[in-house]
Amino acid sequence: MSTNPQNAYPIPPDHRGIIGRANVLRGKPVSSVAVLPMRPESTQVVPKVALDGISLSYKTNSKGRLIALENISLQVQPGEFLCIVGPSGCGKSTLLHLIAGLHQQSSGQVLVDGKAVSGPGTDRILIFQELGLFPWLTVGQNVEFGMKMKNISKAEREEKIQYYLRLVHLSKFRDSYTHQLSGGMRQRVALARALATEPDVLLMDEPFAALDAQTRDLLHDELERIWAETGRTIIFVTHNVREAVRLADRVALMTFRPGRVKQEFAIHLPRPRHIEETDVARTAREILDCLRDEINKSLEVEYADEKAK
Amino acid sequence: MKKLSKQIVFYCVLIGIWALVAKAHIWPPYLFPPPWGVAESLWAGFQDHSFWIGIAVTMKRMLIGYSLSVVLGMILGLAVGSYKFLEDTLGGLLVSLQSLPSICWIPLAVLWFGLTEKAILFVVLMGSLLSVTIAMEDGRKQMPKIYGMAGRNLGAKGFRLFWSVLLPASLPFIVSGLKQGFAFGWRSLIQAEMIFLSLGLGQLLMMGRDLNDMNQVLAVMILIIILGFIIDGLVFRTMERKLQERWGLVPA
Ligand SMILES: Nc1ncnc2c1ncn2[C@@H]1O[C@H](COP(=O)(O)OP(=O)(O)O)[C@@H](O)[C@H]1O
Ligand SMILES: [Mg+2]
Repeated sequence: MSTNPQNAYPIPPDHRGIIGRANVLRGKPVSSVAVLPMRPESTQVVPKVALDGISLSYKTNSKGRLIALENISLQVQPGEFLCIVGPSGCGKSTLLHLIAGLHQQSSGQVLVDGKAVSGPGTDRILIFQELGLFPWLTVGQNVEFGMKMKNISKAEREEKIQYYLRLVHLSKFRDSYTHQLSGGMRQRVALARALATEPDVLLMDEPFAALDAQTRDLLHDELERIWAETGRTIIFVTHNVREAVRLADRVALMTFRPGRVKQEFAIHLPRPRHIEETDVARTAREILDCLRDEINKSLEVEYADEKAK
Repeated sequence: MKKLSKQIVFYCVLIGIWALVAKAHIWPPYLFPPPWGVAESLWAGFQDHSFWIGIAVTMKRMLIGYSLSVVLGMILGLAVGSYKFLEDTLGGLLVSLQSLPSICWIPLAVLWFGLTEKAILFVVLMGSLLSVTIAMEDGRKQMPKIYGMAGRNLGAKGFRLFWSVLLPASLPFIVSGLKQGFAFGWRSLIQAEMIFLSLGLGQLLMMGRDLNDMNQVLAVMILIIILGFIIDGLVFRTMERKLQERWGLVPA
Protein backbone atom coordinates (compact mmCIF):
# COMPACT_ATOMS: atom_id res chain seq x y z
CA MET A 1 0.00 0.00 0.00
CA SER A 2 2.03 2.94 -1.16
CA THR A 3 0.31 6.22 -1.66
CA ASN A 4 1.77 9.34 -3.04
CA PRO A 5 -0.01 12.22 -1.32
CA GLN A 6 0.40 14.33 -4.42
CA ASN A 7 -1.61 11.94 -6.48
CA ALA A 8 -4.14 11.34 -3.76
CA TYR A 9 -6.02 14.52 -4.54
CA PRO A 10 -7.26 14.50 -8.09
CA ILE A 11 -7.94 18.07 -9.07
CA PRO A 12 -9.87 18.96 -12.17
CA PRO A 13 -7.61 20.85 -14.58
CA ASP A 14 -9.72 23.98 -14.66
CA HIS A 15 -9.40 24.44 -10.91
CA ARG A 16 -5.68 24.52 -10.71
CA GLY A 17 -5.45 28.28 -10.59
CA ILE A 18 -6.76 28.67 -7.08
CA ILE A 19 -6.67 25.22 -5.62
CA GLY A 20 -3.12 24.04 -5.72
CA ARG A 21 -1.75 20.61 -5.15
CA ALA A 22 -1.62 19.32 -1.61
CA ASN A 23 2.12 19.44 -1.22
CA VAL A 24 2.07 22.05 1.51
CA LEU A 25 1.38 21.11 5.08
CA ARG A 26 0.81 24.13 7.26
CA GLY A 27 3.46 26.02 5.34
CA LYS A 28 6.03 23.24 5.44
CA PRO A 29 6.72 21.55 2.10
CA VAL A 30 6.51 17.79 2.08
CA SER A 31 9.00 15.84 0.04
CA SER A 32 7.65 15.62 -3.47
CA VAL A 33 8.37 11.91 -3.64
CA ALA A 34 6.60 11.03 -0.41
CA VAL A 35 6.24 7.27 -0.51
CA LEU A 36 4.82 5.68 2.63
CA PRO A 37 7.73 4.40 4.71
CA MET A 38 8.22 0.75 5.49
CA ARG A 39 9.27 1.65 9.00
CA PRO A 40 7.57 4.49 10.85
CA GLU A 41 10.74 5.90 12.40
CA SER A 42 12.20 6.93 9.09
CA THR A 43 12.19 10.59 8.09
CA GLN A 44 8.91 10.29 6.21
CA VAL A 45 5.69 11.46 7.81
CA VAL A 46 3.40 8.69 8.99
CA PRO A 47 -0.22 9.81 8.62
CA LYS A 48 -1.79 10.66 11.95
CA VAL A 49 -5.02 9.02 10.86
CA ALA A 50 -5.38 6.77 7.87
CA LEU A 51 -8.59 5.19 6.67
CA ASP A 52 -7.91 2.22 4.51
CA GLY A 53 -10.79 0.98 2.37
CA ILE A 54 -13.47 1.61 4.99
CA SER A 55 -17.02 0.43 4.38
CA LEU A 56 -19.92 0.46 6.78
CA SER A 57 -23.55 -0.50 6.36
CA TYR A 58 -26.50 -0.13 8.69
CA LYS A 59 -29.23 -2.70 9.09
CA THR A 60 -32.54 -1.21 8.10
CA ASN A 61 -35.91 -2.34 9.49
CA SER A 62 -36.70 -4.31 6.38
CA LYS A 63 -34.19 -7.04 5.62
CA GLY A 64 -32.11 -4.63 3.52
CA ARG A 65 -28.89 -2.88 4.45
CA LEU A 66 -28.06 0.74 3.92
CA ILE A 67 -24.52 1.29 2.73
CA ALA A 68 -23.53 4.41 4.62
CA LEU A 69 -19.84 4.41 3.74
CA GLU A 70 -18.22 2.66 0.81
CA ASN A 71 -14.53 2.07 0.33
CA ILE A 72 -13.26 5.24 1.91
CA SER A 73 -9.53 5.82 1.94
CA LEU A 74 -8.24 8.99 3.46
CA GLN A 75 -5.06 10.17 5.10
CA VAL A 76 -4.61 12.98 7.56
CA GLN A 77 -1.14 14.28 8.34
CA PRO A 78 -0.06 15.26 11.85
CA GLY A 79 -1.14 18.81 12.63
CA GLU A 80 -3.32 19.02 9.55
CA PHE A 81 -6.72 20.67 9.48
CA LEU A 82 -8.94 18.53 7.28
CA CYS A 83 -12.52 19.45 6.49
CA ILE A 84 -14.96 16.86 5.22
CA VAL A 85 -17.82 18.36 3.25
CA GLY A 86 -20.87 16.61 1.92
CA PRO A 87 -24.64 16.83 1.67
CA SER A 88 -26.64 15.99 4.75
CA GLY A 89 -27.12 12.25 5.20
CA CYS A 90 -24.02 11.28 3.22
CA GLY A 91 -22.39 9.61 6.23
CA LYS A 92 -20.19 12.34 7.70
CA SER A 93 -21.25 11.68 11.30
CA THR A 94 -20.94 7.95 10.74
CA LEU A 95 -17.37 8.45 9.52
CA LEU A 96 -16.37 10.50 12.56
CA HIS A 97 -18.02 8.05 14.97
CA LEU A 98 -16.06 5.34 13.27
CA ILE A 99 -12.73 7.13 13.66
CA ALA A 100 -13.67 7.78 17.30
CA GLY A 101 -14.20 4.05 17.73
CA LEU A 102 -17.91 4.31 18.55
CA HIS A 103 -18.94 2.39 15.43
CA GLN A 104 -17.40 -0.69 13.87
CA GLN A 105 -16.65 -0.72 10.18
CA SER A 106 -17.87 -3.64 8.07
CA SER A 107 -14.54 -3.78 6.28
CA GLY A 108 -11.29 -1.85 6.07
CA GLN A 109 -9.04 -0.43 8.73
CA VAL A 110 -8.64 2.70 10.81
CA LEU A 111 -4.98 3.41 11.49
CA VAL A 112 -3.73 5.92 14.00
CA ASP A 113 0.01 6.54 13.82
CA GLY A 114 0.15 3.52 11.56
CA LYS A 115 -1.49 1.19 14.09
CA ALA A 116 -4.94 -0.30 13.60
CA VAL A 117 -7.45 0.76 16.24
CA SER A 118 -10.84 -0.51 17.27
CA GLY A 119 -12.83 1.03 20.05
CA PRO A 120 -12.61 4.44 21.66
CA GLY A 121 -9.34 5.95 22.79
CA THR A 122 -8.45 9.25 24.40
CA ASP A 123 -6.02 9.98 21.57
CA ARG A 124 -9.09 10.74 19.43
CA ILE A 125 -11.79 12.89 20.95
CA LEU A 126 -15.04 13.59 19.15
CA ILE A 127 -17.14 16.69 19.63
CA PHE A 128 -20.61 15.40 18.83
CA GLN A 129 -23.06 17.17 16.60
CA GLU A 130 -25.40 17.22 19.62
CA LEU A 131 -22.46 18.06 21.93
CA GLY A 132 -23.43 15.53 24.63
CA LEU A 133 -22.37 17.76 27.49
CA PHE A 134 -23.26 16.29 30.87
CA PRO A 135 -26.09 18.32 32.39
CA TRP A 136 -25.48 16.95 35.90
CA LEU A 137 -21.99 18.43 35.97
CA THR A 138 -20.87 22.04 36.06
CA VAL A 139 -18.87 23.53 33.22
CA GLY A 140 -15.66 22.94 35.18
CA GLN A 141 -16.59 19.34 35.98
CA ASN A 142 -17.45 18.69 32.35
CA VAL A 143 -14.00 19.86 31.35
CA GLU A 144 -12.50 17.75 34.14
CA PHE A 145 -14.34 14.55 33.18
CA GLY A 146 -12.00 13.16 30.54
CA MET A 147 -8.95 13.92 32.68
CA LYS A 148 -10.52 12.07 35.61
CA MET A 149 -11.03 9.05 33.39
CA LYS A 150 -7.36 9.28 32.45
CA ASN A 151 -6.46 9.28 36.17
CA ILE A 152 -4.66 12.59 35.98
CA SER A 153 -3.76 13.98 39.39
CA LYS A 154 -6.02 16.49 41.12
CA ALA A 155 -3.48 19.30 40.97
CA GLU A 156 -2.82 18.84 37.29
CA ARG A 157 -6.54 18.63 36.54
CA GLU A 158 -7.13 21.88 38.37
CA GLU A 159 -4.40 23.60 36.40
CA LYS A 160 -5.75 22.36 33.09
CA ILE A 161 -9.36 23.23 33.87
CA GLN A 162 -8.24 26.80 34.42
CA TYR A 163 -6.06 26.81 31.34
CA TYR A 164 -8.65 25.45 28.94
CA LEU A 165 -11.52 27.49 30.33
CA ARG A 166 -9.39 30.58 29.80
CA LEU A 167 -8.60 29.39 26.28
CA VAL A 168 -12.29 29.36 25.37
CA HIS A 169 -13.08 32.47 27.43
CA LEU A 170 -15.35 30.74 29.92
CA SER A 171 -13.45 31.12 33.20
CA LYS A 172 -16.33 33.04 34.75
CA PHE A 173 -18.78 30.24 34.02
CA ARG A 174 -16.86 27.44 35.65
CA ASP A 175 -19.58 26.74 38.22
CA SER A 176 -22.58 27.16 35.92
CA TYR A 177 -24.60 24.26 34.65
CA THR A 178 -24.70 23.81 30.91
CA HIS A 179 -28.40 24.61 30.54
CA GLN A 180 -27.65 28.10 31.81
CA LEU A 181 -25.36 28.84 28.86
CA SER A 182 -26.04 30.08 25.34
CA GLY A 183 -25.51 27.86 22.30
CA GLY A 184 -22.15 29.37 21.45
CA MET A 185 -20.94 29.02 25.03
CA ARG A 186 -22.02 25.38 25.16
CA GLN A 187 -20.12 24.81 21.97
CA ARG A 188 -17.02 26.23 23.63
CA VAL A 189 -17.50 24.04 26.70
CA ALA A 190 -17.55 21.03 24.41
CA LEU A 191 -14.36 22.28 22.78
CA ALA A 192 -12.66 22.81 26.15
CA ARG A 193 -13.81 19.39 27.38
CA ALA A 194 -12.34 17.75 24.30
CA LEU A 195 -9.09 19.74 24.38
CA ALA A 196 -8.54 19.11 28.09
CA THR A 197 -7.97 15.41 27.51
CA GLU A 198 -5.22 16.56 25.14
CA PRO A 199 -6.05 14.24 22.25
CA ASP A 200 -3.75 14.04 19.25
CA VAL A 201 -6.76 14.14 16.98
CA LEU A 202 -9.79 16.33 17.44
CA LEU A 203 -12.92 15.21 15.59
CA MET A 204 -15.59 17.87 15.18
CA ASP A 205 -19.05 17.08 13.83
CA GLU A 206 -20.79 20.13 12.34
CA PRO A 207 -19.98 21.99 15.52
CA PHE A 208 -21.12 25.42 14.38
CA ALA A 209 -24.11 24.48 12.23
CA ALA A 210 -26.70 25.64 14.73
CA LEU A 211 -25.10 28.99 15.55
CA ASP A 212 -25.82 32.47 14.25
CA ALA A 213 -23.32 33.89 11.76
CA GLN A 214 -21.56 36.28 14.16
CA THR A 215 -21.00 33.66 16.85
CA ARG A 216 -19.83 31.21 14.22
CA ASP A 217 -17.29 33.69 12.80
CA LEU A 218 -15.94 34.31 16.28
CA LEU A 219 -15.62 30.60 16.97
CA HIS A 220 -13.85 30.11 13.63
CA ASP A 221 -11.23 32.62 14.73
CA GLU A 222 -10.92 30.98 18.15
CA LEU A 223 -10.66 27.51 16.70
CA GLU A 224 -7.97 28.60 14.26
CA ARG A 225 -6.03 30.25 17.08
CA ILE A 226 -6.36 27.18 19.34
CA TRP A 227 -5.32 24.91 16.50
CA ALA A 228 -2.24 27.06 15.90
CA GLU A 229 -1.44 27.15 19.63
CA THR A 230 -1.90 23.47 20.37
CA GLY A 231 -0.83 21.92 17.08
CA ARG A 232 -3.59 19.30 17.14
CA THR A 233 -4.72 17.35 14.12
CA ILE A 234 -8.31 18.34 13.37
CA ILE A 235 -10.89 16.52 11.30
CA PHE A 236 -13.82 18.86 10.93
CA VAL A 237 -17.12 17.89 9.36
CA THR A 238 -19.50 20.40 7.83
CA HIS A 239 -22.06 20.71 5.07
CA ASN A 240 -21.00 24.33 4.52
CA VAL A 241 -18.35 24.55 1.81
CA ARG A 242 -17.39 28.10 2.70
CA GLU A 243 -16.81 27.17 6.31
CA ALA A 244 -14.60 24.35 5.11
CA VAL A 245 -12.52 26.66 2.92
CA ARG A 246 -12.30 29.19 5.75
CA LEU A 247 -10.76 26.63 8.09
CA ALA A 248 -9.08 23.81 6.23
CA ASP A 249 -5.65 22.93 4.89
CA ARG A 250 -7.46 20.40 2.80
CA VAL A 251 -11.09 19.73 1.94
CA ALA A 252 -12.42 16.27 1.22
CA LEU A 253 -15.66 16.06 -0.67
CA MET A 254 -18.10 13.27 0.16
CA THR A 255 -21.00 12.07 -1.92
CA PHE A 256 -24.42 10.82 -1.04
CA ARG A 257 -25.35 7.13 -0.77
CA PRO A 258 -23.08 5.40 -0.82
CA GLY A 259 -20.82 7.76 1.05
CA ARG A 260 -17.53 8.04 -0.78
CA VAL A 261 -14.71 10.51 -0.89
CA LYS A 262 -14.96 11.87 -4.41
CA GLN A 263 -12.31 14.51 -4.42
CA GLU A 264 -9.83 16.34 -2.28
CA PHE A 265 -8.71 19.94 -2.55
CA ALA A 266 -5.71 21.60 -0.94
CA ILE A 267 -6.44 25.13 0.21
CA HIS A 268 -3.45 27.42 -0.01
CA LEU A 269 -5.07 30.68 0.97
CA PRO A 270 -3.01 32.59 3.57
CA ARG A 271 -4.16 32.56 7.19
CA PRO A 272 -5.84 34.09 9.07
CA ARG A 273 -8.77 33.94 6.69
CA HIS A 274 -12.24 35.30 6.94
CA ILE A 275 -15.37 33.62 5.69
CA GLU A 276 -16.46 36.75 3.80
CA GLU A 277 -13.14 37.12 1.93
CA THR A 278 -13.48 37.04 -1.85
CA ASP A 279 -10.75 34.39 -2.17
CA VAL A 280 -12.60 32.15 0.27
CA ALA A 281 -15.88 32.73 -1.52
CA ARG A 282 -14.33 32.05 -4.93
CA THR A 283 -12.59 28.89 -3.84
CA ALA A 284 -15.80 27.69 -2.18
CA ARG A 285 -17.66 28.33 -5.42
CA GLU A 286 -15.29 26.17 -7.40
CA ILE A 287 -15.60 23.32 -4.94
CA LEU A 288 -19.34 23.79 -4.91
CA ASP A 289 -19.46 23.56 -8.71
CA CYS A 290 -17.55 20.35 -8.45
CA LEU A 291 -19.93 19.08 -5.77
CA ARG A 292 -22.87 20.01 -7.96
CA ASP A 293 -21.30 18.17 -10.89
CA GLU A 294 -21.00 15.09 -8.72
CA ILE A 295 -24.57 15.32 -7.52
CA ASN A 296 -25.84 15.78 -11.06
CA LYS A 297 -23.74 12.88 -12.28
CA SER A 298 -25.05 10.58 -9.57
CA LEU A 299 -28.59 11.73 -10.22
CA GLU A 300 -28.18 10.90 -13.92
CA VAL A 301 -26.91 7.48 -13.01
CA GLU A 302 -29.87 6.94 -10.70
CA TYR A 303 -32.36 8.00 -13.37
CA ALA A 304 -30.70 5.70 -15.86
CA ASP A 305 -31.03 2.86 -13.36
CA GLU A 306 -34.70 3.63 -12.87
CA LYS A 307 -35.35 3.50 -16.64
CA ALA A 308 -33.45 0.26 -17.02
CA LYS A 309 -35.73 -1.47 -14.51
CA MET B 1 -44.06 31.41 53.60
CA LYS B 2 -47.70 31.91 52.70
CA LYS B 3 -48.03 28.19 52.14
CA LEU B 4 -46.54 27.40 55.54
CA SER B 5 -48.92 29.71 57.41
CA LYS B 6 -51.87 28.18 55.54
CA GLN B 7 -50.70 24.76 56.63
CA ILE B 8 -50.29 25.82 60.27
CA VAL B 9 -53.80 27.27 60.36
CA PHE B 10 -55.18 24.13 58.70
CA TYR B 11 -53.64 21.77 61.26
CA CYS B 12 -54.68 23.99 64.20
CA VAL B 13 -58.27 23.94 62.97
CA LEU B 14 -58.11 20.18 62.44
CA ILE B 15 -56.85 19.57 65.98
CA GLY B 16 -59.43 22.04 67.29
CA ILE B 17 -62.29 20.12 65.69
CA TRP B 18 -60.82 16.88 66.97
CA ALA B 19 -60.67 18.35 70.50
CA LEU B 20 -64.26 19.61 70.29
CA VAL B 21 -65.61 16.26 69.14
CA ALA B 22 -63.68 14.50 71.90
CA LYS B 23 -64.97 17.02 74.47
CA ALA B 24 -68.55 16.34 73.37
CA HIS B 25 -68.17 12.76 74.65
CA ILE B 26 -70.15 11.30 71.79
CA TRP B 27 -67.90 8.24 72.01
CA PRO B 28 -65.99 7.07 75.10
CA PRO B 29 -62.26 8.05 75.15
CA TYR B 30 -61.10 4.44 74.63
CA LEU B 31 -62.86 4.48 71.26
CA PHE B 32 -62.16 8.09 70.31
CA PRO B 33 -59.01 9.33 72.07
CA PRO B 34 -58.73 13.11 72.59
CA PRO B 35 -55.72 15.04 71.27
CA TRP B 36 -54.36 15.64 74.79
CA GLY B 37 -54.48 11.90 75.48
CA VAL B 38 -52.46 11.23 72.33
CA ALA B 39 -50.04 14.03 73.23
CA GLU B 40 -49.59 12.53 76.69
CA SER B 41 -48.94 9.13 75.16
CA LEU B 42 -46.37 10.63 72.78
CA TRP B 43 -44.64 12.38 75.67
CA ALA B 44 -44.59 9.22 77.78
CA GLY B 45 -43.33 7.14 74.88
CA PHE B 46 -40.39 9.45 74.28
CA GLN B 47 -39.77 9.74 78.06
CA ASP B 48 -39.34 6.00 78.59
CA HIS B 49 -37.35 5.78 75.34
CA SER B 50 -39.65 3.16 73.85
CA PHE B 51 -40.54 5.46 70.93
CA TRP B 52 -36.92 6.39 70.34
CA ILE B 53 -35.96 2.74 70.22
CA GLY B 54 -38.92 1.96 67.96
CA ILE B 55 -37.97 4.73 65.55
CA ALA B 56 -34.32 3.70 65.55
CA VAL B 57 -35.11 0.04 64.85
CA THR B 58 -37.62 0.85 62.13
CA MET B 59 -35.34 3.37 60.45
CA LYS B 60 -32.43 0.95 60.51
CA ARG B 61 -34.53 -1.75 58.83
CA MET B 62 -35.79 0.72 56.28
CA LEU B 63 -32.28 1.92 55.51
CA ILE B 64 -30.91 -1.58 55.00
CA GLY B 65 -33.92 -2.95 53.13
CA TYR B 66 -34.28 0.05 50.88
CA SER B 67 -30.56 0.31 50.11
CA LEU B 68 -30.57 -3.36 49.15
CA SER B 69 -33.53 -2.89 46.86
CA VAL B 70 -32.00 0.19 45.22
CA VAL B 71 -28.75 -1.62 44.46
CA LEU B 72 -30.47 -4.81 43.29
CA GLY B 73 -33.19 -2.90 41.46
CA MET B 74 -30.68 -0.84 39.53
CA ILE B 75 -28.69 -3.87 38.46
CA LEU B 76 -31.84 -5.77 37.50
CA GLY B 77 -33.42 -2.78 35.78
CA LEU B 78 -30.27 -2.02 33.85
CA ALA B 79 -29.99 -5.63 32.74
CA VAL B 80 -33.63 -5.83 31.69
CA GLY B 81 -33.40 -2.46 29.96
CA SER B 82 -30.26 -3.45 28.08
CA TYR B 83 -31.07 -6.91 26.78
CA LYS B 84 -34.08 -7.57 24.60
CA PHE B 85 -34.28 -11.19 25.74
CA LEU B 86 -34.52 -10.27 29.42
CA GLU B 87 -37.04 -7.57 28.63
CA ASP B 88 -39.36 -10.01 26.85
CA THR B 89 -39.13 -12.62 29.61
CA LEU B 90 -38.18 -11.22 33.01
CA GLY B 91 -39.65 -7.81 32.19
CA GLY B 92 -43.15 -9.19 31.83
CA LEU B 93 -42.86 -11.19 35.04
CA LEU B 94 -41.75 -8.11 36.97
CA VAL B 95 -44.74 -6.10 35.81
CA SER B 96 -47.19 -8.86 36.75
CA LEU B 97 -45.53 -9.29 40.15
CA GLN B 98 -46.22 -5.64 40.86
CA SER B 99 -49.88 -6.40 41.48
CA LEU B 100 -48.91 -8.61 44.42
CA PRO B 101 -48.99 -6.82 47.80
CA SER B 102 -45.62 -7.48 49.38
CA ILE B 103 -47.31 -8.68 52.58
CA CYS B 104 -48.17 -11.83 50.63
CA TRP B 105 -44.51 -12.76 50.83
CA ILE B 106 -44.66 -13.11 54.64
CA PRO B 107 -45.53 -16.82 54.77
CA LEU B 108 -42.63 -17.63 52.44
CA ALA B 109 -40.30 -15.25 54.25
CA VAL B 110 -41.07 -16.92 57.58
CA LEU B 111 -40.56 -20.34 56.06
CA TRP B 112 -37.20 -19.40 54.57
CA PHE B 113 -35.77 -17.17 57.27
CA GLY B 114 -37.86 -17.88 60.40
CA LEU B 115 -39.07 -15.03 62.58
CA THR B 116 -35.88 -13.12 62.05
CA GLU B 117 -34.61 -9.73 60.96
CA LYS B 118 -33.85 -11.25 57.56
CA ALA B 119 -37.50 -12.11 56.99
CA ILE B 120 -38.54 -8.52 57.67
CA LEU B 121 -35.85 -7.18 55.34
CA PHE B 122 -37.01 -9.62 52.68
CA VAL B 123 -40.53 -8.25 52.84
CA VAL B 124 -39.26 -4.66 52.60
CA LEU B 125 -37.09 -5.66 49.67
CA MET B 126 -39.99 -7.26 47.83
CA GLY B 127 -42.06 -4.15 48.56
CA SER B 128 -39.74 -1.69 46.89
CA LEU B 129 -37.60 -3.76 44.53
CA LEU B 130 -40.09 -3.89 41.67
CA SER B 131 -40.74 -0.16 41.57
CA VAL B 132 -37.02 0.56 41.50
CA THR B 133 -36.36 -2.08 38.87
CA ILE B 134 -39.12 -0.95 36.54
CA ALA B 135 -38.12 2.69 36.98
CA MET B 136 -34.50 1.89 36.20
CA GLU B 137 -35.49 -0.10 33.14
CA ASP B 138 -37.58 2.80 31.84
CA GLY B 139 -34.86 5.27 32.72
CA ARG B 140 -32.31 3.27 30.82
CA LYS B 141 -34.51 3.35 27.74
CA GLN B 142 -35.53 6.99 27.99
CA MET B 143 -32.03 8.25 28.66
CA PRO B 144 -30.59 9.82 25.49
CA LYS B 145 -27.91 7.57 24.00
CA ILE B 146 -25.55 10.48 23.47
CA TYR B 147 -24.46 10.50 27.14
CA GLY B 148 -23.19 6.94 27.05
CA MET B 149 -21.37 7.62 23.79
CA ALA B 150 -19.86 10.84 25.10
CA GLY B 151 -18.71 9.01 28.22
CA ARG B 152 -17.03 6.26 26.21
CA ASN B 153 -15.53 8.86 23.92
CA LEU B 154 -13.91 10.54 26.91
CA GLY B 155 -12.42 7.29 28.13
CA ALA B 156 -15.03 5.96 30.58
CA LYS B 157 -15.71 2.24 30.56
CA GLY B 158 -17.06 -0.58 32.71
CA PHE B 159 -18.10 0.37 36.22
CA ARG B 160 -16.91 3.95 35.88
CA LEU B 161 -19.07 4.42 32.81
CA PHE B 162 -22.06 3.17 34.79
CA TRP B 163 -21.28 5.15 37.93
CA SER B 164 -20.19 8.45 36.42
CA VAL B 165 -22.35 8.57 33.32
CA LEU B 166 -25.22 6.09 32.96
CA LEU B 167 -26.44 6.42 36.55
CA PRO B 168 -26.47 10.24 36.78
CA ALA B 169 -27.83 10.48 33.24
CA SER B 170 -30.80 8.29 34.09
CA LEU B 171 -31.49 9.83 37.51
CA PRO B 172 -34.14 12.31 36.31
CA PHE B 173 -36.01 9.40 34.77
CA ILE B 174 -35.83 7.17 37.83
CA VAL B 175 -36.28 9.55 40.73
CA SER B 176 -40.07 9.12 40.80
CA GLY B 177 -39.60 5.35 40.76
CA LEU B 178 -37.12 5.57 43.64
CA LYS B 179 -39.67 7.60 45.55
CA GLN B 180 -42.48 5.17 44.84
CA GLY B 181 -40.22 2.30 45.85
CA PHE B 182 -39.54 4.01 49.14
CA ALA B 183 -43.24 4.52 49.83
CA PHE B 184 -44.03 0.86 49.07
CA GLY B 185 -41.09 -0.34 51.14
CA TRP B 186 -42.10 1.83 54.08
CA ARG B 187 -45.65 0.38 54.10
CA SER B 188 -44.37 -3.16 53.78
CA LEU B 189 -42.04 -2.62 56.71
CA ILE B 190 -44.75 -1.37 59.07
CA GLN B 191 -47.04 -4.22 58.04
CA ALA B 192 -44.29 -6.76 58.57
CA GLU B 193 -43.48 -5.31 62.00
CA MET B 194 -47.14 -5.53 63.00
CA ILE B 195 -47.13 -9.21 62.19
CA PHE B 196 -43.63 -10.17 63.35
CA LEU B 197 -43.92 -8.22 66.63
CA SER B 198 -40.19 -7.79 67.02
CA LEU B 199 -39.52 -4.20 68.04
CA GLY B 200 -40.09 -1.25 65.74
CA LEU B 201 -43.03 1.11 65.28
CA GLY B 202 -45.31 -1.62 63.94
CA GLN B 203 -44.90 -3.58 67.13
CA LEU B 204 -45.52 -0.48 69.30
CA LEU B 205 -48.75 0.03 67.39
CA MET B 206 -49.88 -3.56 68.01
CA MET B 207 -48.86 -3.23 71.66
CA GLY B 208 -51.23 -0.25 71.95
CA ARG B 209 -53.97 -2.39 70.47
CA ASP B 210 -53.31 -5.29 72.86
CA LEU B 211 -53.37 -2.94 75.86
CA ASN B 212 -56.51 -1.35 74.44
CA ASP B 213 -54.60 1.95 74.56
CA MET B 214 -55.95 3.91 71.59
CA ASN B 215 -53.87 6.90 72.65
CA GLN B 216 -50.73 4.94 71.91
CA VAL B 217 -52.13 3.54 68.66
CA LEU B 218 -52.85 7.04 67.38
CA ALA B 219 -49.53 8.34 68.70
CA VAL B 220 -47.63 5.69 66.73
CA MET B 221 -49.74 6.31 63.63
CA ILE B 222 -48.84 9.98 63.82
CA LEU B 223 -45.16 9.07 64.19
CA ILE B 224 -45.31 6.86 61.09
CA ILE B 225 -46.91 9.64 59.07
CA ILE B 226 -44.42 12.26 60.27
CA LEU B 227 -41.40 10.07 59.61
CA GLY B 228 -42.56 9.24 56.10
CA PHE B 229 -43.25 12.89 55.45
CA ILE B 230 -39.85 14.00 56.74
CA ILE B 231 -37.96 11.49 54.61
CA ASP B 232 -39.98 12.40 51.54
CA GLY B 233 -39.38 16.09 52.16
CA LEU B 234 -35.73 15.86 53.12
CA VAL B 235 -34.42 13.21 50.78
CA PHE B 236 -36.61 13.05 47.71
CA ARG B 237 -37.75 16.66 47.43
CA THR B 238 -34.15 17.81 47.81
CA MET B 239 -33.08 15.37 45.16
CA GLU B 240 -35.80 16.56 42.78
CA ARG B 241 -34.91 20.20 43.41
CA LYS B 242 -31.22 19.56 42.81
CA LEU B 243 -32.00 17.74 39.57
CA GLN B 244 -34.13 20.62 38.38
CA GLU B 245 -31.39 23.10 39.18
CA ARG B 246 -28.85 21.11 37.25
CA TRP B 247 -30.82 19.88 34.29
CA GLY B 248 -32.91 22.99 34.04
CA LEU B 249 -36.17 21.07 33.72
CA VAL B 250 -38.04 24.04 35.15
CA PRO B 251 -37.29 27.70 34.42
CA ALA B 252 -35.73 29.23 37.51
N1 LIG C 1 -28.15 4.05 13.57
C1 LIG C 1 -28.50 4.08 12.27
N2 LIG C 1 -29.24 3.09 11.74
C2 LIG C 1 -29.58 3.11 10.43
N3 LIG C 1 -29.23 4.08 9.57
C3 LIG C 1 -28.50 5.10 10.04
C4 LIG C 1 -28.09 5.16 11.40
N4 LIG C 1 -27.38 6.29 11.58
C5 LIG C 1 -27.34 6.90 10.38
N5 LIG C 1 -28.00 6.20 9.45
C6 LIG C 1 -28.13 6.54 8.02
O1 LIG C 1 -26.82 6.61 7.48
C7 LIG C 1 -26.70 7.71 6.63
C8 LIG C 1 -25.58 8.60 7.07
O2 LIG C 1 -25.93 9.24 8.27
P1 LIG C 1 -25.00 10.31 8.97
O3 LIG C 1 -23.65 9.73 9.15
O4 LIG C 1 -25.69 10.79 10.20
O5 LIG C 1 -24.96 11.47 7.86
P2 LIG C 1 -24.51 12.99 8.00
O6 LIG C 1 -23.84 13.17 9.31
O7 LIG C 1 -23.61 13.20 6.83
O8 LIG C 1 -25.75 13.82 7.88
C9 LIG C 1 -28.05 8.41 6.59
O9 LIG C 1 -28.71 8.05 5.42
C10 LIG C 1 -28.76 7.90 7.81
O10 LIG C 1 -30.14 7.80 7.54
MG1 LIG D 1 -24.29 14.39 10.89
